[in-house]
Amino acid sequence: MKESKISKIWRKLNGPQELGHGPIFWSLFGCFAVVLLGYSLVGSVFSLSNLAIFFAYVPMGLGLGLLWGYGGVLSFGQAAFFGIAGYVYGIVAGNLMGTPGGTLLAAVCGIGGTMVVAAAFGYFVFYGQVSGWIIPLLTLVLSLIIETFMGQTAGYQWRLGRVLFGGYNGMTNIPSLSLGGVEFTGATVAFYVLVIAVTLAVYLGLRLLVNSRYGHAVAAVREDAERTRMLGYNVDFIQVQVFTLAAGLAGLSGVLYVSWGNYMNPSSMGMVAATLPVIWTAVGGRNSLLAVLLSTVALRWLADALAVRGGEYAFLILGALLLATMLFFPAGIVVSVARRWRDGKRRDSKIPPAPLQETNQTRGVS
Amino acid sequence: MATERESDSRAFLQVENLTKSFGGIRAVDHVNLNLSKGELRCLIGPNGAGKSTLFSLLSGLQKPEAGRILFKGEDITSLPPFRRVQKGVCQKFQTTRIYRGLTLSQNLLIARRVHDGIENGRLNWALKTLGLDGQPERLAGELPHSHQQWLEICMALATEPDLLLLDEPTAGMTPEETALTAEFAIQLNAQGMTILVVEHDMGFVRQIARFVTVLHYGRIFAEGTLEEIESNQNVRRIYLGEQ
Repeated sequence: MKESKISKIWRKLNGPQELGHGPIFWSLFGCFAVVLLGYSLVGSVFSLSNLAIFFAYVPMGLGLGLLWGYGGVLSFGQAAFFGIAGYVYGIVAGNLMGTPGGTLLAAVCGIGGTMVVAAAFGYFVFYGQVSGWIIPLLTLVLSLIIETFMGQTAGYQWRLGRVLFGGYNGMTNIPSLSLGGVEFTGATVAFYVLVIAVTLAVYLGLRLLVNSRYGHAVAAVREDAERTRMLGYNVDFIQVQVFTLAAGLAGLSGVLYVSWGNYMNPSSMGMVAATLPVIWTAVGGRNSLLAVLLSTVALRWLADALAVRGGEYAFLILGALLLATMLFFPAGIVVSVARRWRDGKRRDSKIPPAPLQETNQTRGVS
Repeated sequence: MATERESDSRAFLQVENLTKSFGGIRAVDHVNLNLSKGELRCLIGPNGAGKSTLFSLLSGLQKPEAGRILFKGEDITSLPPFRRVQKGVCQKFQTTRIYRGLTLSQNLLIARRVHDGIENGRLNWALKTLGLDGQPERLAGELPHSHQQWLEICMALATEPDLLLLDEPTAGMTPEETALTAEFAIQLNAQGMTILVVEHDMGFVRQIARFVTVLHYGRIFAEGTLEEIESNQNVRRIYLGEQ
């Protein structure tokens, strides 16, 4: 009997490559979504705007979770792709200001442009058989080079059409996304709802992806690339695809960010910005999308709260948190807690072992 | 007609003057090897004879300096490994290479060639024969060593190969497990699968082989039936350790 499309989707949503299965999890997830969306009816514009920007970084974090946790490739390049998308969006949207659909085209160009850059970069890295340890360095250098380049673009000679690049002062007055007469500026309920909807859609979409046959192939490349080649997979192509998809998700975050703040500057691609997604992913647990989602929002909130109170200490505390996580919860806090809960449940009911297990290949940087 | 079929089968795998060096050492030295369709051939030789390097050249993990490989009449020498698998060549590695952190069913899902709704009957038979059909959710890394070896063979079969390269498939197995593997290989071959086996265990070779190739210092040293090889004084001296 052929499986129906709905049951196929349901099976993949509940696949073994991600935490959280069964009616209790999905009830809680549904409540979480309803509370988040319902908050738009009662929250102040200020709090909605703050919460929206925390969630706007989630696609970038999830992209790194996919690339690092599932694909085994650690990258500091998410910040570069975030910035490229933001700048490209700013240039296109600024030049098409007043044109119907201009910001939508700008968003497509921003995300598409960053994916093209990522695909070209990934082609040379992965088809060039660059070793696993060099990739983090190369991607960090990519972020820093683009930051440095954009930093020296002050002056009227650095412009495209009527948009000034702005050097370290940044690109300003970038129009917000506008769809169907609704403008998604940072301080609106519409932007909050858009960001929450996009975040949940990206999470569920990636959940389907990692539990598909393709998602298993991505994990297979992480576990043993040579074995995977010998099962008929074009490993280099898969790595380029995943790298490009992760970059596209960082680009999505970049577009949401500029739409929120109408501003982009080179520090979004600097050393700190390049490191933050790695911290979000590692602290929550890179082997789970849910863990990355939760830790991205929590750590964005923590950084914001610390910045308000202690300024420069925020990054020191985040760094200390990363070190503590690596020492005491190498698999990430959320993933470790989930495993302990699952193992306890298994002891009680003798459930066979679930597959989300740290192995020699997945421990540390793969 | 018979001549045509003979020529077809002779062309199944042709290795011509294949050569590979590492530094100053020539691991594979102008090797010529022909394999017929449906053949079960054993490749033996002392340590360092170049057996595993020859397998790496056949599967595409290493590139030869000279020579060529024809598979079903097509030159596959320059094809990358994944293209060779798609053409029908699949290898089981010398050291077991499975996805230890994933379950048995996930390992097979990754390995399986996709045909919508079509069952891979040979794979199902192999899983049943080797006792791997009853534990799909078990972590592959938790399986006993012999089951891990068998799982890797099943993963290779899941790619639906025409030529199966088995590099020491019984390493670390008990005599009973070796006997089961031998019986399995014979049955698989009887179903039409062409198999090339590298093996040190002469007991296993005696159980399965009809034709044996001996490699020594990267060259083909001798070829013949099992009886011919076992009675060859030179082979006995270099490989079987007799004076």
